Amino acid sequence: MSSTTSIAHRPGGAAESKLMSGAKILLECLVRENVDCIFGYPGGVTLPLYDAFYDHSIRHILVRHEQNAAFAAAGFARSTGRVGVCCATSGPGATNLVTGLVDSLMDSIPVVAITGQVPTKLIGSDAFQEADTFGITRSCTKHNFLVKTVAELPQVIHEAFYIASSGRPGPVLVDIPKDVFQAQSHYEPVSSIHLPGYKVFTEGHTGQIRRAAQMIWEAQRPFVYAGGGIIAANASEELLELVELLDAPTVNTLMGLGALPASHRNFVSMPGMHGSYAANMGMSNADLLIALGVRFDDRVTGRLAAFAPHAKVIHVDIDPAEIGKNRAADLPIVGDVKRVLQKLNKAVAELAPAHRKRNAGARDAWWAQIRDWQEEHPLAPEVSKTEIKPQHVMREIDRLSGGRAIVASDVGQHQMWAAQFIRFNEPRLWLNSGGLGSMGFGLPAAIGAQFARPDKLVFAVVGDGGFQMSIPELATIVNHALPIKIVILNNGYLGMIRQWQELFYNNRLSQAELTGFPDAEKLAAAYGFKGRMVQHPHELVAALDEAIREPGPYLLNVKVSPFENVYPMVPAGGAINEMVLGPPQPVEA
Amino acid sequence: MLQVISLLVENKPGALMRITGLLSARGYNIESLTVARTLDPTLSRMSIVVDIEPQLRAQVIKQMNKLVNVLQASDLTEAAAVRREMVLLRVRATLASRPNILKEAEIFGARVVDSSTEGFALEVTGDPEKLDVFIDLMRSYGEIEVTRSGTVVVALEAKKLRLSPPIPKLNEKSETRNEKPVHG
Repeated sequence: MSSTTSIAHRPGGAAESKLMSGAKILLECLVRENVDCIFGYPGGVTLPLYDAFYDHSIRHILVRHEQNAAFAAAGFARSTGRVGVCCATSGPGATNLVTGLVDSLMDSIPVVAITGQVPTKLIGSDAFQEADTFGITRSCTKHNFLVKTVAELPQVIHEAFYIASSGRPGPVLVDIPKDVFQAQSHYEPVSSIHLPGYKVFTEGHTGQIRRAAQMIWEAQRPFVYAGGGIIAANASEELLELVELLDAPTVNTLMGLGALPASHRNFVSMPGMHGSYAANMGMSNADLLIALGVRFDDRVTGRLAAFAPHAKVIHVDIDPAEIGKNRAADLPIVGDVKRVLQKLNKAVAELAPAHRKRNAGARDAWWAQIRDWQEEHPLAPEVSKTEIKPQHVMREIDRLSGGRAIVASDVGQHQMWAAQFIRFNEPRLWLNSGGLGSMGFGLPAAIGAQFARPDKLVFAVVGDGGFQMSIPELATIVNHALPIKIVILNNGYLGMIRQWQELFYNNRLSQAELTGFPDAEKLAAAYGFKGRMVQHPHELVAALDEAIREPGPYLLNVKVSPFENVYPMVPAGGAINEMVLGPPQPVEA
Repeated sequence: MLQVISLLVENKPGALMRITGLLSARGYNIESLTVARTLDPTLSRMSIVVDIEPQLRAQVIKQMNKLVNVLQASDLTEAAAVRREMVLLRVRATLASRPNILKEAEIFGARVVDSSTEGFALEVTGDPEKLDVFIDLMRSYGEIEVTRSGTVVVALEAKKLRLSPPIPKLNEKSETRNEKPVHG
């Protein structure tokens, strides 16, 4: 790129109003939102935009399917907290984004999607590649826009970024007709945006916070239940402070793993359907749940009526609609969990001298009880000498990464084992599709994360099912020499489907077996990088080591025992203290 | 029980879809919906009557208030509020029944807006229950055709409207790219 070009595209280079195309105005606005990387796929109506990309400083990453552009943007956002951006054309391009958008909506991930639309004059005429993107994505996004004139474009783009990143984050889509990209307009930087109906609750109610501190010291069996909201609010430090002030046992939800370092002595584990015995017994016996940035998801609570029956609930969330949605809160606080915790920690600390001794005996007994539960049924990875147990793979990834690597997982059994056995010591390392459970998420999310954090070791831990949903992205990985370590937990089945069919459908394995998986070494070689199959437990560590040492991408196809089940397990609709802890014991003949 | 919701929304394309979509996604059937702009032409007032289980009513109002285009959503089901509906009704009337129809219309405060040898067109407003009675009564005179406006509602106590202020945009490239914006 010549120096003249880069000056022409310097941010703020358009300080004086000048005539620009809609496409260039869009890119100028993106620069002002600090966007440096977009995941996308071109098409007919976005040609004017792609022409503007041609010599622009914003990096466009060409994926192989629009769904993966949305997932990669989410991986970028999840691993940094910055807004991820994806781009697709009208019609099929936009409809292909849908799964990725809902995924980000369910997990509250800040993403802005730009879609092309047929020219305004053709909207509604069933034009080539026309789809009602605005209508289709209404329920897939936090908010969406259809831009009808180039004059409103800058305002809309800045509103989109503000909505995506503020309050409870989420995906926002901006649909832009081709003629709006082409139209020339005098560009004036936007000086302010106004969304009178958009309410962001930041500061928690001071009186409620004071009452919460009181309640916290009155409790004999307090339990901290922290989730993805802690990560979204960058509130890990504040969480740590509270946990240490109270010396409270703490669980992080699937979305919150890494919020409290997994190596911290107060960290119990993940709760819920595949949570540990101690986590679920702790929830079930606590007399106070301090719920921070969580939504009492059904995979955490099990049967709601039986969930935490002895506990009062303090519920802190930025979204007022989460308060009382599933579980009534005895003390609700609506606000940014970081700001609320800063104030709450202060209030708790002020009361500490007067109250610390009050329930000290009961709290010591509570800890002893939790330690007993932990010892009674620890989360211990299965290891075998003859076959590779999937839990064993997770333990080795955990050991080799030391809780500092990024792990993007797909969906299913391996996701649960990764969540159980890989210990995350920082937020934004664990990337998974928690709410929507979208297979195919792992590989593109790893791509987004590796672009966002090129210095980090990034694993894509995937099953043989989900991997085959995003296989085309191997080309994207190779194009950019992304050093992603792809670890396939290959059991030849849709493992979680098989597990449920075994346990609840008389082992009638209907459409659960996946045959025809390609030779991984040849597959990787066909794309131009290294890969290998791992079949024996004694090869595992060396193979993982080799993958990590490789400067480029690496594909490990790990053959794991096919009939392993994820335990503990709370059957759907069960109470979380009624866990199935392991396979049924063989009956003696 | 039918829930009565009053909303103040931005007068923008798609605002109506977001609100009705929120209801249809939960499988709620809308009994009636009216929408028209307010004194401020950038805003619309909407009245919705919808069948929602009582324990979910508060959640629906919260979800509506979350919508970017919604300035305020209030549940007026049990609040001090006046509800009115208008009915336009055409009734075929024989010569003999005409005086009786006019008498009944007067009792209900209905106005004759058209009269012909075929019969009358009547306009009547009132609370929905009263209109049900009126419609039943008119049906006894012969064939009728009815158009109902749907309920419009006004709260008798003003509810404080909290609007978000404008947010300044920095025109220089921000140096703190990783920082989450803090908004009041």
